[in-house]
This record gives sequence, C-alpha cells and structure tokens, in this order.
Amino acid sequence: MASHYEAPIRKPLVLGDKGYHDVTVDIAAPVEGKANKHWWIVFSIALAAFLWGVGCIIYTISTGIGTWGLNKTVGWAWDITNFVWWVGIGHAGTLISAVLLLFRQKWRMAINRSAEAMTIFSVVQAGLFPIIHMGRPWLAYWVLPIPNQFGSLWVNFNSPLLWDVFAISTYLSVSLVFWWTGLLPDFAMIRDRAVRPFQKKIYSLISFGWTGRAKDWQRFEEVSLVLAGLATPLVLSVHTIVSFDFATSVIPGWHTTIFPPYFVAGAIFSGFAMVNTLLIIMRKVCHLEAYITVQHIELMNIVIMLTGSIVGCAYITELFMAWYSGVEYEQYAFLNRATGPYWWAYWAMMTCNVFSPQFMWFKKLRTSIMFSFFISIVVNIGMWFERFVIIVTSLHRDYLPSSWTMFSPTFVDIGIFIGTIGFFFVLFLLYARTFPVIAQAEVKSILKSSGEKYKKLRDAGKPLYEISKNKTVVKEMEPITDDVLMGEVVPKVGDKVGVSELLGTIGTFDATKETADDLKKIKGIGPQMEATLNQIGIYTFAQVGRMTDKEYDLLDSITESFPGRAQRDDWAGQAKILNNKK
Amino acid sequence: MASKVIHAFYNDDDVLMHAVKKVKAAKHHIEEVYCPFPVHGLDKAMGLAPTRIAITSFMYGCVGLTVAIVMMNYIMIQDWPQDIGGKPSFSYLENMPAFVPIMFELTVFFAAHLMVITFYLRSRLWPFKEAENPDVRTTDDHFLMEIEIHDNEKELMDLLSDTGAVEINITEK
Repeated sequence: MASHYEAPIRKPLVLGDKGYHDVTVDIAAPVEGKANKHWWIVFSIALAAFLWGVGCIIYTISTGIGTWGLNKTVGWAWDITNFVWWVGIGHAGTLISAVLLLFRQKWRMAINRSAEAMTIFSVVQAGLFPIIHMGRPWLAYWVLPIPNQFGSLWVNFNSPLLWDVFAISTYLSVSLVFWWTGLLPDFAMIRDRAVRPFQKKIYSLISFGWTGRAKDWQRFEEVSLVLAGLATPLVLSVHTIVSFDFATSVIPGWHTTIFPPYFVAGAIFSGFAMVNTLLIIMRKVCHLEAYITVQHIELMNIVIMLTGSIVGCAYITELFMAWYSGVEYEQYAFLNRATGPYWWAYWAMMTCNVFSPQFMWFKKLRTSIMFSFFISIVVNIGMWFERFVIIVTSLHRDYLPSSWTMFSPTFVDIGIFIGTIGFFFVLFLLYARTFPVIAQAEVKSILKSSGEKYKKLRDAGKPLYEISKNKTVVKEMEPITDDVLMGEVVPKVGDKVGVSELLGTIGTFDATKETADDLKKIKGIGPQMEATLNQIGIYTFAQVGRMTDKEYDLLDSITESFPGRAQRDDWAGQAKILNNKK
Repeated sequence: MASKVIHAFYNDDDVLMHAVKKVKAAKHHIEEVYCPFPVHGLDKAMGLAPTRIAITSFMYGCVGLTVAIVMMNYIMIQDWPQDIGGKPSFSYLENMPAFVPIMFELTVFFAAHLMVITFYLRSRLWPFKEAENPDVRTTDDHFLMEIEIHDNEKELMDLLSDTGAVEINITEK
C-alpha cells in the first residue's frame, strides 16, 4: 500500500526479521520476566540514596532551612539549581513525544515512552525543591488562589514564582495524561497476555478496559495529535517561565532578555543527554537493541550537538551584551563568573556544554555507544554547573563588597540532591519492570514502512502481504456463559398441573403470531434451561418478565433444581429490559 | 432475536483494508473492527464519521481562557488591587501583560484535561472497566472484523474466506 512507502535511502528503525507478534513478545518480555541480579543491585543503591534524601528532607523540615549552606548573601543555591536542572531534564521527553510527533519523525516511537516517563519522574523531583524550600511544606496549598481566612490575601499573579506554580503543575499533569493515554493500548496488550490472575487484574485496571475499536483508534490518534499540539507550546512556556524567575529580577547576571530561548535550548540539551544515559543502559538490559538502534542514538547525539551549540551562542551573547550594555555591574558579574573565585565552575560549564558536544560532528564518535554514554554524563554535569553558575555567581558578590562571600553546601544540601537522584532512579527502575517501555502499538504501525523485514521485501520487489484465499479456519463457538462455567442448571420437567398454572399467569406463546426470544440472553439461563423453559411453553421475554415470586416458586417446583436461582438473578427484571430493547 | 455475529480474523493490516473495502462494496454493515494498532484510513473505509474531539478541545480551551481572565480580574483588579513592583492595577488591560503566562497555562490545562476526559468517557475507558475485545489476540497481532448475521451466514462466510481471513468464528452476541 502506498501509505507504507518509505524512501529506500532511510535506514530501518526496527532491525531484524520482526513481524507484529515479535514486537509484542519483545516488549512484553521485560514485564513478564523476572528481575535479574543487576536490577536488584542498582535498585538497592537507588533506594538507599532515596532514603538518605528522605532523611535529609526530614532533618531540614524539622530543624529549618538553616541546615543548608545558604547565607545572607547567597539566599538561593543548590535547591533552585536542582529544581531548574530537573525541570530542564524533563523537557526532552515532551520534545520527543510532542514536537517530533508534529514533525512526523518516526524514530521517536521507540524512545517516546521512556522519555516521557523520564519527564514525569524528573518533574516530580523538581517539584520537591520549592515545596521543601517553603520550610513548612504542609502549607504548600497557600500557593493556590483559594479564599482564605486572612481577609482578601490572594496570591500575587504578577509574580513569576506563581506563574511557575501554574506552569509546572500544568506541565506535570498534562504530561501524565499524555503518557497514560498512550499507555492504554500497551497495557491492554500485556493484560491480554497475562497468565497470572493478579497480573491480569492489575493490567485490566490500569488499561481502563481498552478494547481497540476502530472508533477508539480514530479518537486516540486525534487526541494524541491535539495533545502534542498543546504540549509543544506548553513545554516552551514552562522553561520560559522558569527563566522568568531570574530574568524579571534586577540582579546583574539574571536580568537578561535572552534567558527564555537560552533556557529552553539548555533544557532540551540536558534532557536529550539524560535520555541517552537512560536508554543506552535500558536497551542493553531489556534486550531492545532491535528497537533502540544505533541510529536512534546518533539522531539524539545530533540534537545534543545542535542544542549545545545554541547554548554556546547564548553564553557568548550574554558576554557580549554585558560588555555592550555599558553597565559596570553587569560587566563585573560576567567578568567575575569567568575569572573570579568560581572560575572553575564557569569553565566546567563551558567545557561540558559547548566544547564536548562538538565531538558529535564526527560520525564515528556519534555512532559509538560508549562515547555517547560518556558525553551524555558530561552534559548532565555541565548543565548542572550552568544553573549553579547562573544562580550562585550572580549572588555571591552583590552590590556591597562587605557582604561578599562564598557558598559551601552542607551534607544536607548534598543529601537532598543525591536523594532526588535516587528517587528518580527508583521510579525509573520500577517503570522499566512493570510498564511496556516502548510504545508497541505505534512501533507496529510503522513496522511495514520502517522495519528491516519489510524493507528487504520491498527491495526484493516482493509483496509485503498476500491474500491467501480459502485457507480460513472456521469455528462455530457456543457462547461461554456463566452457566457453562459454573455448571448448568439441569432442569427436570414433570409437573403438568404446575405448568398450566404457571402459563395461566404469565401468558402462553402463540407461535403463529410471535417469535421466540433468545432466553439465553438472561443471565442464569443457559442452553439447557432454555430448552426446558421452551418445553414448559415459555418462549418470550414478555412471558419471563411477568414472573413474580409465586411463579418462580412454581417454576422451581416444576424443574426441581437450584431453587432461588431465578430470584437471585432477577430473571423477570432482566427479561423486561431485554423486551424493551427488542 | 438472538443476534449471531461472524468474527473474521486477519493477521495483516493491508489484507484487512482490502477486506473492509470488499465487505463494504458487497453492502454489508461492518459492526466493528478491533485492531492492535491504528490502521490509517480504516475509519474512512468503514464509513465512520470523523471525530469531533478536537473541536471540543478548542471549546474547553476557550473556557480555560475565560476562567483565567475572570479569576485574575476578580482577584487582582476588583477584590484587592495592590501596587506590586509598580505594575499598574487600575484596569485588567493595563495589568494584562503580567497575566499572559497564567492565561496561557490555564487554556492548555482545560483544553488538554477536559478533552482527555471526554475521550475516556466517549470511548468508555475508566478504571475497573471490563475490556470488550472478543479475542485476546486483537491486542497482539490480529485484526477482527465483526459482522452481524441476518440469515446470510453462508454468503458472508464465502465472502470473508475469500478476503483472506485466517479464521472465522460464528458466535452469539
């Protein structure tokens, strides 16, 4: 079919001789299999780090923010650095799932699920920091515009910090429904394969009863497209608003109009690096090399190279604007960054973010898995330093030289940061064991255009499918009703007096005027019971619908089996409904 | 009446598309098609009406924008105007530039969430909902076409086995 055509120059996105069923098996395998030793080791380490972080958070909240390294000059440091770093990492997930969907990039399909999972888990980490920094997190609901007992004390809608509340919560919740909606068909796939009852129950619950009707798919695709269209400006707005936290202030080094695009590019840059870090490991551990190919890694490296260069341009623009502004405070802020006591942080940032991605110009390096992994770690570190440099170096030497100071983190600062890394990996590792990590329904839909098997068939000039006639297996199935499963009610007929009395109240059946109904539709009546009822002279829903307790008793005495069954299942009530539907 | 349906299984989307077109050409009503993944063009071939869910999303977005404007106008201009950082609070319009981010966020929030809720309700998807696909293979690699039988069992059987169905079942519904 024409819709499956793809230019032969494009490399296959699914390697190997994979048909639809192979995709199912490969993607369900990590969920259905058992965790190996390595998973448990990494999970234990992540859990330990997470618990350490929880301890530090409890210590902070019970004692106060004084446990952090903040001082009167540097009032924002690791907390906001970590916040911006985690939010930024989240951006790649939305970029992959939304922006690449709008651009119809097929390679996104192997990585979007995990990238979106990463988005959600990292935004959760980010959200923790402002809440902890509140000092009294149980009052976090004060950021919401709700009527309160303090008179007309509303939240301040002029403040970028409040914009952040709205942006981050919208971003988190919209990403979550986008992710979950995409997961429904894949959960349904695992549900329908599940053997153990517990697994089946859980996946039925979370697949929301996904059935895969043609109409559902039509809506599903439309919803995905509209959500992508909404998420694209949303993701740009989120980091723009995060940058407003700084850009709307009057602090030299923060008061910069280039911040929104610069932050967004940086966010995508760091997010892609994190996607690379996670997926290079995951493809190996979950044996998904056929789906997350070297080509995927190469394309992500190209995005890293591009966004890294944009970030580099932004750094240079900042320096130029500082010099060109003629404002000496602005000029000093940047001079101090590059040559002051925090020069090492500035140059670490420059090296990691601007210099290291330039290696990706070489095809040999960007297709090397080890090198890509190494660079992804370097970029993650570099982007953390970027936020640290922006925040701390702009604050530590303020307008009053007598208050100039340095910032040094306490073990609590470090502990909370490590704790969020642990929490992130705990969530991601649990996800990798229980969720279909690749959007299998979407991969199947591109299999014919981009799968290696079908590409080879097309190159060989062979048809991609054959209509094999008259090889059909025909089965006639008896409906499986509760009666078959629970043992049928086997009736006995004998009491003639009862029969006529029964028919006297519920009416007789006239075969010339009426047609018989399928009484099996009533829950509790199976094929044999229907035969018996027919034998008595009951054929229609109308007749069954007229039965009351007295008639049920008569029926029980005639059939002499399972007394009370008809009452319990309310045959009359069911029959009335069915009769109306006819 | 007992409604008997015929379930024709296919293991290829292209074969399914041909079959759908053939069944439609023979003027039979296709009750339903269950697919493991979206088959492009299937809805048109089956004669399904286009979905209007994007329109609802637009309308929900308008609601969100209105909510944002009304809320911020009440809170910041009507109820307790304050001079914050010299930003003018005499009228909504003057103060509006500072409200743009939240106007945007709430528009997206309403448009996205209410559209997804609409989708879930219309397609009958929610926790504890029982799946209704007649065969577990329809979420794996099989496509299932369901056609109701009106005393034309033989004719349908011949037609469907001619379209390359891999399996045909007749069941009560």
